[in-house]
Amino acid sequence: MEFLGYPATTSLPFIFAALMGVSILLYVILDGYDLGVGILTPLADSDPQRDMMVASIGPFWDANETWLVLAVGLLLVAFPAAHGLILSTLYLPVFVMLVGLILRGVSFEFRVKARAKHKHLWNRLFFIGSLMTTLAQGFMLGLYVMGLQFTMTTVLFSVLCALALTVGYAFIGATWLILKGEDTLQRRAVRWARTCIGGLIVGIGAISLASPLVSPRIWEKWFTFPEILWLSPLPIVSLALLALLWRSLATLPQADDRGAWVPFGIALALYVLAFLGLAYSFYPYVVPEQLTIYEAASAPESLFIILIGALFVVPTILGYTALAYWVFRGKTKALRYD
Amino acid sequence: MMDTLILSRIQFAANISFHILFPTITIALGWFLLFFKLRFQWTGDLKWMEAYRFWVKVFALSFAMGVVSGITMSFQFGTNWPGFMEKVGNIAGPLLAYEVMTAFFLEAVFIGIMLFGFSRVPGWLHTTATFLVAFGTTMSTFWIIVLNSWMHTPQGFEMIDGVAHATDWWAIIFNPSMPYRLAHMLLASGLTVAFVIAGVAAFRYIRGDRKETVRSQIRVGVTFAALLIPVQILMGDMHGLNTMEHQPAKVAAMEGNWSDTDGNTPLILFALPNSETRENDFEIGVPNMASIILTHHAEGAIPALDEFVTEDGEVLHPPVGKVFWSFRTMVGTGMAMLLISWGALFFLWRRKPCEETGTDRRFMVRHLPKPLLWALVPMAFSGWVATLAGWYTTEIGRQPWLVQGVMSTAEAVADVPAPMVLSTLLGYLAIYAALLVAYVSVIVYIATKATKDEPLDSMTPASGEAVVDAISREDRGMAPAE
Repeated sequence: MEFLGYPATTSLPFIFAALMGVSILLYVILDGYDLGVGILTPLADSDPQRDMMVASIGPFWDANETWLVLAVGLLLVAFPAAHGLILSTLYLPVFVMLVGLILRGVSFEFRVKARAKHKHLWNRLFFIGSLMTTLAQGFMLGLYVMGLQFTMTTVLFSVLCALALTVGYAFIGATWLILKGEDTLQRRAVRWARTCIGGLIVGIGAISLASPLVSPRIWEKWFTFPEILWLSPLPIVSLALLALLWRSLATLPQADDRGAWVPFGIALALYVLAFLGLAYSFYPYVVPEQLTIYEAASAPESLFIILIGALFVVPTILGYTALAYWVFRGKTKALRYD
Repeated sequence: MMDTLILSRIQFAANISFHILFPTITIALGWFLLFFKLRFQWTGDLKWMEAYRFWVKVFALSFAMGVVSGITMSFQFGTNWPGFMEKVGNIAGPLLAYEVMTAFFLEAVFIGIMLFGFSRVPGWLHTTATFLVAFGTTMSTFWIIVLNSWMHTPQGFEMIDGVAHATDWWAIIFNPSMPYRLAHMLLASGLTVAFVIAGVAAFRYIRGDRKETVRSQIRVGVTFAALLIPVQILMGDMHGLNTMEHQPAKVAAMEGNWSDTDGNTPLILFALPNSETRENDFEIGVPNMASIILTHHAEGAIPALDEFVTEDGEVLHPPVGKVFWSFRTMVGTGMAMLLISWGALFFLWRRKPCEETGTDRRFMVRHLPKPLLWALVPMAFSGWVATLAGWYTTEIGRQPWLVQGVMSTAEAVADVPAPMVLSTLLGYLAIYAALLVAYVSVIVYIATKATKDEPLDSMTPASGEAVVDAISREDRGMAPAE
């Protein structure tokens, strides 16, 4: 099999790495905002406000989480060797993440269906689940960047990443609430987003600095001529976006809700840029410094059969996802079955 | 001290047992919701809308439980069973990928519209969303059953350097046990939900809730249960014959047949299979019956466990007691389903004079004898019991293989320290137990709450275009849409 003149053994692993990257990016953005809203729920000043926050993500969270299933599914089908290595190394953080996902997933339902006197318990579990999931994901990201080694330094770095991702998710969650919320909720969300920016800068900065310092290979990929020239827009654009964000948050909320989408848009762009940076750093490795995507790839005939399906199905998925966002467009209303 | 293998097996078994409870409900409940919705659209009778509104809550809760426990499973392939994907990933991978692409996203996106979009979208789109959610859960069943069946009856591949490579996808998907297993599971889900609907409605009825919708739900549940159970028994028999052809060791364990290879084999009703002496203790059987059931001849020979022990003493058949008793639990529960659903249908079907009008009427819930009505309540759990017992029969019955004849379970297990697996196992068990209690008590709570609700006498325009559509059609004196 050949694609565009390249044999299937080179092009298929690359295509699948790209597909996996896109699902991880979509996951981090989409479940990021709803995990973020979960993390922010204890800050709500009243029960109705908290209900409204949960309502803003109610119709979306399940589909958002499915991108994680797709990402781990692609890792599993396309790079089975890496899948086993990564997941059995990350055994305990994966467990923590799964417990978090279980707790928050069921709390969406239980908090409104259980007896009223139990609601606060499910609210608390909803927050704890969101936080556990986020911390575990951040910790795993950190360990992954550090090449899946457990030492004092790597664990400390991973803890830092866990905190940074928590701020990151809370930030995109707050921008989502600026977009979907009204009145007090929107004003509070602006404040939350502003508070997060500092943590965000520290977080992105720490990861950007640490990766080239621990890995000579990444150092070489970034700080050589002429690569550094065409890579320089990444940090420069990020800084410009942060400045823009700061200005936008200072003026919100405006009359007629003008510009309420701007912070969320900027958050999206920042996530994409940070992700591109990470992807560039790690290519062609699927397990940093240990296993490349070409070594870990499964048989081309199996990847090909998935690719054929994906070409038809993924656009359809994106289509009906867009339909769902259109159906629930505009400011959030209370969630009702009737 | 238990080792990593057995702990990982218990952990996966606990996870998958917890998980399967909820798909078993959502697979068929999705179609029942569509049924309620369409009945409402065709008849304009609000009792169907009340049924829809009640069961959509149960659906949402069950769906969330299924999603989160399903995600846990997808990760455990990697955390506990990396050998599985490394060896047969070329086959399992695409099947799982198709499940995610054609089923998971479909359900996950449209359930948002189905649950919360009622007053935001036109009626046809809401009905379509309900259909797509039901269709998605069924597609998901299809793909996961394909993979599971392939693990029992693998074909369409070749082994190159110890790794399976697909040669014929048609053969992989339509492997010999797939149609039987799929039909058996879909019917199991249908039966589970039929008994859950009848059981919860009977609970409300007993608590004094005599609303039209409650009586209709009892009728619907009992009728579907009575229709599905004979089909399921027939399908189970066909599935058993298929298993005898492809996995004889499993059938030998199900029958508790250690050494009898010359036919005239009895059907054992009670026994304690003893793996030390390789005999049954305290055996009570019906002469020749197992031969008759499995070969349709009184003298027919059926597989015996001793045939699956190699000359150097390696046991290649499953643990007998667990398979033997799981199988009997499933069949026994099936018999109870048959008895109770047909009994209930009989009393419903009987023509009896109606007290108010004096004319003879059929299908009056008040004609059900009290004990039968009471029996329907615990039968709400019968589907869960039978489904779990059935899965234990087939999955433990595959041991010591993970993929029959291709790889053993022990080959696939991760090199994770046993104490680590033990700690996560205890964690999962605690969470599952707590969630199961919460799930059942919330359903009891919403059923109790529903008994106090006033029946719908009309629906206001704010409550959804779908309803407005149907009502206004009636108001204009038009016939309900066909």
